[in-house]
Amino acid sequence: MAARRDPDGGTTRLSTGEAGRSGLPPFKPGPLPMCSSRACLIVLVLVLDFAFGCFTARAASLVDSLAHFTTDDFDETAIGISEVAASGSPRAEAIIRALENEHLMFSAEKKTVYIQNDDNKLFDAASGLPISGDPPDDIDNVHINNRLRGTIDAVLGGLTLLSSDRNKRFDAAQAVFKSRELGTLPTLEKAIANETDSRNKRVLEEARAAIILSKSDANDAQKLDAIGVIQQRGDQDAVGLLASLPAGTSAPVAKAAASAISSIENRLAIWDAIQNAWYGLSLGSVLLLAAIGLAITFGVMGVINMAHGEMVMIGAYVTFVVQEEIRTNFPTLFDYSLAIAIPLAFIVAGFVGILIERCIIRFLYGRPLETLLATWGLSLILQQAVRTVFGPNNREVGNPSFMSGAFDLGGITITYNRLWIICFALGVFIALLGLLRFTRFGLEMRAVTQNRSMAASMGIRTSRVDALTFGLGSGIAGIAGVALSQIDNVSPNLGQGYIIDSFMVVVFGGVGNLWGTFVGSFVLGIANKFLEPYAGAVLGKITILILIILFIQKRPRGMFALRGRTVET
Amino acid sequence: MTSHILIRSLDRDARFFLIAVAAIATVVPVLNLGLPESSPFHVPTYLVALFGKYICYALLALSIDLIWGYCGILSLGHGAFFALGGYAMGMYLMRQIGARGVYADPILPDFMVFLNWKSLPAYWYGFQHFAYASLMVVLVPGALAFVFGWFAFRSRVTGVYFSIITQALTYALMLGFFRNDFGFGGNNGLTDFKDILGFNVQAVATRNVLFSISCITLILSFLVCRAIVTSKFGKVLIAIRDAEGRARFLGYRVESYKVLVFTLSACIAGIAGALYVPQVGIINPSEFAPSNSIEAVIWVAVGGRGTLTGAAIGAFLVNYAKTYFTSGALAPYWLFMLGGLFIGVTLFLPRGIVGSLHHWAGLRRDRISAAAEDGVTAPPPDPQPAE
Amino acid sequence: MKIQERLTQAENRLMEVFNRTLIYMENVSVSFDGFKALNNLSFSVEPGEMRAIIGPNGAGKTTMMDVITGKTKPDTGAIIFDAIHDLARLDETEIAALGVGRKFQKPTVFESHTVFDNLELALKADRRARASLWWQETPDEHRAIDEILEITRLTRLQNRLAGRLSHGQKQWLEIGMLLAQDPKLLLVDEPVAGMTDTETRQTAELLKEINRGHTVVVVEHDMTFVRELGVKVTCLHEGSVLAEGTIDQVSQNERVVEVYLGR
Repeated sequence: MAARRDPDGGTTRLSTGEAGRSGLPPFKPGPLPMCSSRACLIVLVLVLDFAFGCFTARAASLVDSLAHFTTDDFDETAIGISEVAASGSPRAEAIIRALENEHLMFSAEKKTVYIQNDDNKLFDAASGLPISGDPPDDIDNVHINNRLRGTIDAVLGGLTLLSSDRNKRFDAAQAVFKSRELGTLPTLEKAIANETDSRNKRVLEEARAAIILSKSDANDAQKLDAIGVIQQRGDQDAVGLLASLPAGTSAPVAKAAASAISSIENRLAIWDAIQNAWYGLSLGSVLLLAAIGLAITFGVMGVINMAHGEMVMIGAYVTFVVQEEIRTNFPTLFDYSLAIAIPLAFIVAGFVGILIERCIIRFLYGRPLETLLATWGLSLILQQAVRTVFGPNNREVGNPSFMSGAFDLGGITITYNRLWIICFALGVFIALLGLLRFTRFGLEMRAVTQNRSMAASMGIRTSRVDALTFGLGSGIAGIAGVALSQIDNVSPNLGQGYIIDSFMVVVFGGVGNLWGTFVGSFVLGIANKFLEPYAGAVLGKITILILIILFIQKRPRGMFALRGRTVET
Repeated sequence: MTSHILIRSLDRDARFFLIAVAAIATVVPVLNLGLPESSPFHVPTYLVALFGKYICYALLALSIDLIWGYCGILSLGHGAFFALGGYAMGMYLMRQIGARGVYADPILPDFMVFLNWKSLPAYWYGFQHFAYASLMVVLVPGALAFVFGWFAFRSRVTGVYFSIITQALTYALMLGFFRNDFGFGGNNGLTDFKDILGFNVQAVATRNVLFSISCITLILSFLVCRAIVTSKFGKVLIAIRDAEGRARFLGYRVESYKVLVFTLSACIAGIAGALYVPQVGIINPSEFAPSNSIEAVIWVAVGGRGTLTGAAIGAFLVNYAKTYFTSGALAPYWLFMLGGLFIGVTLFLPRGIVGSLHHWAGLRRDRISAAAEDGVTAPPPDPQPAE
Repeated sequence: MKIQERLTQAENRLMEVFNRTLIYMENVSVSFDGFKALNNLSFSVEPGEMRAIIGPNGAGKTTMMDVITGKTKPDTGAIIFDAIHDLARLDETEIAALGVGRKFQKPTVFESHTVFDNLELALKADRRARASLWWQETPDEHRAIDEILEITRLTRLQNRLAGRLSHGQKQWLEIGMLLAQDPKLLLVDEPVAGMTDTETRQTAELLKEINRGHTVVVVEHDMTFVRELGVKVTCLHEGSVLAEGTIDQVSQNERVVEVYLGR
């Protein structure tokens, strides 16, 4: 079939182009919508072609279509594009993409068309097979201009709408939704009719609705339907679309659009709030882990351990060391690194805690303010020691595979690491509740918390309880450090970032029982995250601090405080 | 026995202290200005500034001792009042720069021009006048302490809980002042001062004068504190420290006493900060850091809380050690030493240096008098100074 | 007599009784986390009276004092001081200012102050903060303190730190502080615990002397001491009044014997 330059782009080409196909009735053009741009026309060709459902691969007709590329003439190339696309060949997309990237090569002499890949290897365009022998000397790439780019984009959109790959269809549909290319409407209808995947179908319908809304001759009923579909989509793009309706839309449509916008925005606001609540839960779980050890030691012994943050830091560094060991010696065990780090961190931090209690805290019994100072000094020493051994910079701690990635739930994104940490924090909390409630040690701890002298007279060795409690509190802080290493930087200053927040949880929640810490940490976490979008992180924190100070007015001992005559402090 | 309130309040320790400070106030400037640099007794100017800094710290320590040693209120956020006073003075000094700044704006300080601010925020008005700035130096920390203390003491927040929320207070202020839009210079703070009351801040003469003024302020504050703690008010404070419930049952409005002394202490801390800033030439938000406030407490603990002189001495000693160690080969070990100091003092020297000296002297005295009175040689052990 | 008149008469008599009380407690209940420390306790004391309160541990004796002095708030019931002041609405300081003084079970004196200073602090004077700043001792006040020192036999020890006193001496100092406070009502909680027989007798004498100008309520376990006081006795049990009367009447009461005195 000879390619002919046809300057006016009228109907003549149509008949010529169609004549070469075998097995198809000649097309008789009916009344056509007038488009001003050539691209529009090309797409129309495409659409009409597809309306006849020619999906079958025709390598022969493909070769004919490819011939249009061998003249390197823009108009011819345009024809070539439309024919290649209309051919329905599975190679069509690759060819047109190659053209887009200027990797479609041709030889004018030999009238052959090739695709060049990144390694400068040539493949036959029609078959996709690598060429044998040397490439022709006059090989050159088929040039395109901006108008052709537009054509290519539209054509590719149309192509992929009907691609056999589900995900490609999805992406194409989204692209059309954004571009709102009018010409793709018939293709869309076809695609919708044939689409089996529900997700894709939805997006296709949204794309169609988007086009309808911008179509000047669609009637109100159609537009209202379209608004309904867009409203279902319900995201920021939908809002943008509805807000940018062309001027001259009728009043009822405009009103429907406005109400759709407000309903979408309400829904978005709710999802936003839920996302904030999620972040709040995550922060709360971190605070819970960090503060519960502090609450236990304060409840049983009445001492605030200023080195508590450093116990957390120790746990984080234990994780680092474990991971380093695994990375260098047992790389396959990486996913188990946390399972190893957790008990190890508990033991190490707990041991350090017992050591502290025996060497320092014990001698300051009854002097909580001085204990505060002594433990502060200890925290300085611990920080400096870690700084000396590991260096002052952040250390690399990685997430095991089951903690990487995220998934979507409704309108929010949930990351796996935070989800695991929440579960972990809850698990630790429940374990502690069990320990306090069902074990002998827990019983002794509770007795000493409520009435130390009475417990001592009952034969409970209070100094042993003190040491073990301190060890337990520190051990839990160590575990918290393992968890924190997954979401925060590991550095000698890690502890300092959480100590003030842990204090606030203890002050707010009270030390009467563990539930105080539980409620306190989650309330503070969520409150923090809700204030953040309005006030910024810093002001949000300041507001929380002020609110706590005011809260203490009503409840000086926190929410869940011990009552009764025996509570003196 | 009626005697003048000030004379009554000076015991032997106090007299020594006052004479020592007065001596330093005169000797150091003389040795700096009067002697040529070649003389072995010459005090270099940087030392004058350094000693001035120590004096300001001593003043801060004094304010902490007033509430902690005598009333049992452990504030771990007094650095906030110190810094607020410092910022007030800093704002005055910034206004004094005028058109001599980098951006040569007669009204707006450099950092505001840099942030594209068009006009001076309302809370900066008035700071071009020294009198106003001086008022703010006392008023701002005082007002904050009054409000904070009123809320805290009224709801009987004491002990460790109170210490924690003072930490939170200074932490919150630090976060705030680090922000550029707070209008106080952000994390760079206020610096590049040119003159104070018309005198070049960096001139040798000015430095000496500032030094002497700091010493005089220390002396005056000391006298005021002494007068307070030896009056009945002071006795009530000590009573509150030892047995707050008892004091209540005797009819004393404990909250009022605490708020009053806490506010006064904050004002003194603010003055200390205001004297500090022109001598070190800069004030930035790290002064609000919680660790600074805790360090100030250890100065008092080392020197001896509840003695006033001990607080000042402790401030000197610890800061001198800090300067000495952090500028030498032992610099990386300073934090170990500081931490060790905290632990060592609380475990082994809970009364501090001056306090222990008093205690041993008192033990000897009582042993003698008890032997004379009851024919008993060993009296029951002396009670520890309560928390 | 008409019912109306009878009711009015009864009312007036009640009012007379009421107006004659210094402390009037009616159906006062206090519970701590479910445990009822005071259970519908009704109790009254007339001005100038001395009353002894006895009862087993946990009967609510100390809690009753806590409620009167304002350390604990009653959950229900009325507690009126001097027939005018509602004590449930006031805090410790206000109640102390009204004229209620308390001596604790464990002697709480100001350990870092001298005996003299302890009394000086307790001395009835302007308690306000500003007043304390400028306060200077007057000769009258000094004399008053000297008197109290004499009564409590602590003159010799006036410059001794209170923390260095023996247990008995601390108890007496605390009583001295109460005297200095010059309250209308003295609440004395187990004043002779840990004292020798001689000291116990001296304390009884002291309290009787104090009673001449003040109302005193004493809580004690030592029956000899209570007998020596020779005053009306109230026995508490499980948060309410079990029996009231002279020491003989109460000690012969069956229930009192059962729960407290033993056979």
